[in-house]
Amino acid sequence: MKPNTLKTAFLSTLPVMAGYVVLGTGFGILLQSKGYGLLWSVAMSGLIYAGSMQYLAVDLIAGGAGLITAALTTLMVNARHLFYGVSMIDKYKNTGKFKPYLIFALTDETYSLNCGNLPAGVEDGPGYYFLVSILNQCYWILGSALGSMIGSVLPFSSEGIDFSLTALFVTVFVEQWKSTKDHLPALIGAAASVLCLVIFGMDNFLIPAMILITLALTAIRKKEEDRHD
Amino acid sequence: MTDLHAAALIAVIALVTMALRFLPFLIFRNRKTPAYIAYLGRVLPYSIMGMLVVYCLRGVSFANLSGWLPALISCAVVVILHLWRRNTLLSIIGGTVCYMLLVQLIF
Repeated sequence: MKPNTLKTAFLSTLPVMAGYVVLGTGFGILLQSKGYGLLWSVAMSGLIYAGSMQYLAVDLIAGGAGLITAALTTLMVNARHLFYGVSMIDKYKNTGKFKPYLIFALTDETYSLNCGNLPAGVEDGPGYYFLVSILNQCYWILGSALGSMIGSVLPFSSEGIDFSLTALFVTVFVEQWKSTKDHLPALIGAAASVLCLVIFGMDNFLIPAMILITLALTAIRKKEEDRHD
Repeated sequence: MTDLHAAALIAVIALVTMALRFLPFLIFRNRKTPAYIAYLGRVLPYSIMGMLVVYCLRGVSFANLSGWLPALISCAVVVILHLWRRNTLLSIIGGTVCYMLLVQLIF
């Protein structure tokens, strides 16, 4: 693995570092407040490694939820990972020994970094994808451990810092918008989601939105492929 | 609530998450990716990013000014910064600092 690949991967993951350390710390603090310490937060961030689901898991654990409830909740909250997988099949095809970990570590943020073209100057695709994936999980585990240790004592108000995740997605959205002349898929994604948000409400709109997006993309396939050729 | 049950919950959540991540790769492992799936793979990232932006903003409320204006202003700052410098870190930090200042000092 060339040092250049590591440097580029590190620079690419800096925005995720900011988001993950902060959100991971929040998770650690939350879990600590329910009586589960460092070992638990590190184990969860190492084994589950799914941000919004881990926040939910704190509630499930603290409330003593049943195993079936936990399984169904996870299915609903994390179903979007099926989509990430589908769109990464070709990209991760020849990644050899890295492949199982790359698939395991395919979070929203890792997906947003690895789904685009390789940065200029990077030739070792699999190595780059692996470094991005493992650096991101290190940030997440680091944040979780930090949260467990510092508890709820903070020197300044961090209110609003969770906006960093919104800012990350908006940035990637703009970046993708600039990289193509075909804006229809992006517009479909946003419009279908807003529509489903209005109809189904903020707790239940993701699954209907994903179904609607798939249907809409299927409906315009002929037109899109003519344009692409 | 025993530690054993907590551990079982974590195991179930981890396994379902892992299954969702591995399933597409296991199903299409040894054949050529079907044209329809390849098409979805090409266009989906754009749609999903649109969806995630909406997902992040799902909590905005139009009942009062503080429910939506800070998020709108900060998103605009992110877009303008990114169109101007095209520097991911700058766009994210700029937008986040703007949002924190707005919700802590003004709204």
